[in-house]
Amino acid sequence: MQTLLKVENLTVSFFTQAGEVQAVRGVDFDIRQKETIAIVGESGCGKTVTVQTVMGLLSNPGRVKDGRILFRGEDLAKASRERLHALQGNEMSMIFQDPLTYLNPTMRVGRQIAEAYLQHNKATRDEAAARVLEIMRLVSFPSPERNMRAYPFQLSGGMRQRIMVAMALVCNPVVLFADEPTTALDVTIQAQIIELMNSLKSKIDTAIVLITHDMGVVANMAQRVYVMYAGRIVEHGAAQDVFENPRHPYTWGLLYSIPRLDAPGKGAMEFIPGTPPDLLCPPEGCAFAPRCKHAMNICAVRQPPKYTFGRAEHCAACWLYSEEAKKTYADVIEKRGNANG
Amino acid sequence: MLRYALKRIGIALLTIFALTTITFFLLHLLPGDPFLNIKVPVAIQEKQMAYYGLDKPILQQYFIYLKNLLTGNLGTSLKYVGRNVTDIIADFFPVSAALGLIALFFAELIGMTFGILSAQFKNRWPDYLLMFFAILGIALPSMVIGPLIRYFFGVELRLLPVSGWGTPEQIIMPAFVLGLATVAANTRMMRACMLAVTTQDYIKTAQAKGLTPTQIVMRHELKNSLVPMLAGIGPAVASVMMGSFVVEKIFVIPGLGKHFVNAVTTLDYPLIMSLTIFYGTILVTMNLLVDLLYGVVDPRIRLD
Repeated sequence: MQTLLKVENLTVSFFTQAGEVQAVRGVDFDIRQKETIAIVGESGCGKTVTVQTVMGLLSNPGRVKDGRILFRGEDLAKASRERLHALQGNEMSMIFQDPLTYLNPTMRVGRQIAEAYLQHNKATRDEAAARVLEIMRLVSFPSPERNMRAYPFQLSGGMRQRIMVAMALVCNPVVLFADEPTTALDVTIQAQIIELMNSLKSKIDTAIVLITHDMGVVANMAQRVYVMYAGRIVEHGAAQDVFENPRHPYTWGLLYSIPRLDAPGKGAMEFIPGTPPDLLCPPEGCAFAPRCKHAMNICAVRQPPKYTFGRAEHCAACWLYSEEAKKTYADVIEKRGNANG
Repeated sequence: MLRYALKRIGIALLTIFALTTITFFLLHLLPGDPFLNIKVPVAIQEKQMAYYGLDKPILQQYFIYLKNLLTGNLGTSLKYVGRNVTDIIADFFPVSAALGLIALFFAELIGMTFGILSAQFKNRWPDYLLMFFAILGIALPSMVIGPLIRYFFGVELRLLPVSGWGTPEQIIMPAFVLGLATVAANTRMMRACMLAVTTQDYIKTAQAKGLTPTQIVMRHELKNSLVPMLAGIGPAVASVMMGSFVVEKIFVIPGLGKHFVNAVTTLDYPLIMSLTIFYGTILVTMNLLVDLLYGVVDPRIRLD
């Protein structure tokens, strides 16, 4: 499969009054045609900034400091505004988190979908309306003829998110960024939207970049996973590898903090102690070190390099896998840092 | 919608009734009477009072006034002898209303445009410049700016007529002075409304569709900024239509403005009452119209 989008060493900072907030600190990822990848991490780790930058939606005071965004060979970090406007909503589109606040409250939903279509296609109003109905049917929207005249507040949360999906897909994009598409929804509706997106994958050729902190969503949709922490990718690999054989202590923490019905003990949930670092002055070494149970002296002072494991492309940036540490920490690695086994 | 409108019209009638009653009694609480004049013998004054029915008990006068009002008879002026109050309003109101509406139309248009521009250039020099003029426009009263521009454009440059009413050129300066404060207030208000909308999430969605900044302003930001703006328009329309004492005085315009002041200083009871009720009616009507417009601009506002 051909690589569609390749992001290299993307570095984004927000120049605020308090100083430079280094939101994204050298992120690499790539996505191939028809593939679904997930970028996982807790709030504020830079997931949203990363994809918004790729789509050219970075707003003041944010600036791309370094890196390349290669979309089918073209570097979007250097592209003109006009070029970005032509791509946005057309070849790349985005689904946002909260369908209520991300839809214009005073515009009929049909028009909001049609607007995206008309922006990139020479079409009459009737042609656009026909396309809107077609795309609303594709996302299994109930009675589209009537509901295209509704305002967002007249629809339920799940329906609104379907509108969002329809709006993003109306121009048949090559890449779809889904920024926490299920976070603001009820659990049952979440399942519906995931099912919808999975069923769409077989009907359309769009590659999907899924941003989430919900490991359950990742397991349901993604082929490959990138784990992000404090503006960096700390681990990435095939979804199966990352779930079955996680390597980075942060990934261990994420996976163990999923509530489980069959968990041993009396219900106390696992969690990662502490808070993410202040990106105004990010730590010199590994950003996760202050919260890591297995941190060594070196972790606080030097960035860990990437180590590659087993089959191709499963990588983690952690000192535990250096030759010197490997033997001493064999036990920790074996048990994936879980004291309870 | 219809039920809501009917309910509101009912409330409006009650409001006007309350306004009539309160104004009536407050007026008669004022010391003195319309015919008080040391040069005129007391007997003649009493005769005059009796002629206009002002010697009757106050409650009786009130009911007589209400009865006349319901039959559409607003009475005759006590000062413009023999002139019907209705005729006075019919003569002077169109002038004030025309001037006021022209002034307000341009003031709203220009104010909103300036506000949008100011918001687009937030914290850059066009914003600072517009905000400077907005402060100036709010701070300078019409009795200062009026004579100044009248002298400058009328006397020094001889570009515009200094006074009078009738030709389009004669409208420009008074309309400018009358609308200046509105332009200034609207610029600031529109700027604030636009800035509140710009940070909304759905603007990000619009950007993600590939819309240009201008398209985003016109299609998404403008309509969503209008609701707070509408609130100010109703009272503004009513107030400019009634004419401005100062502006009409400066530019010698035969409007209604001077009658508001003159009627009170001379205690011309029927004229004061009529002008107040007339103003009140227009104000209440404008507010009702604005409330109905809310539902058009923002479908989330349900009228019932």
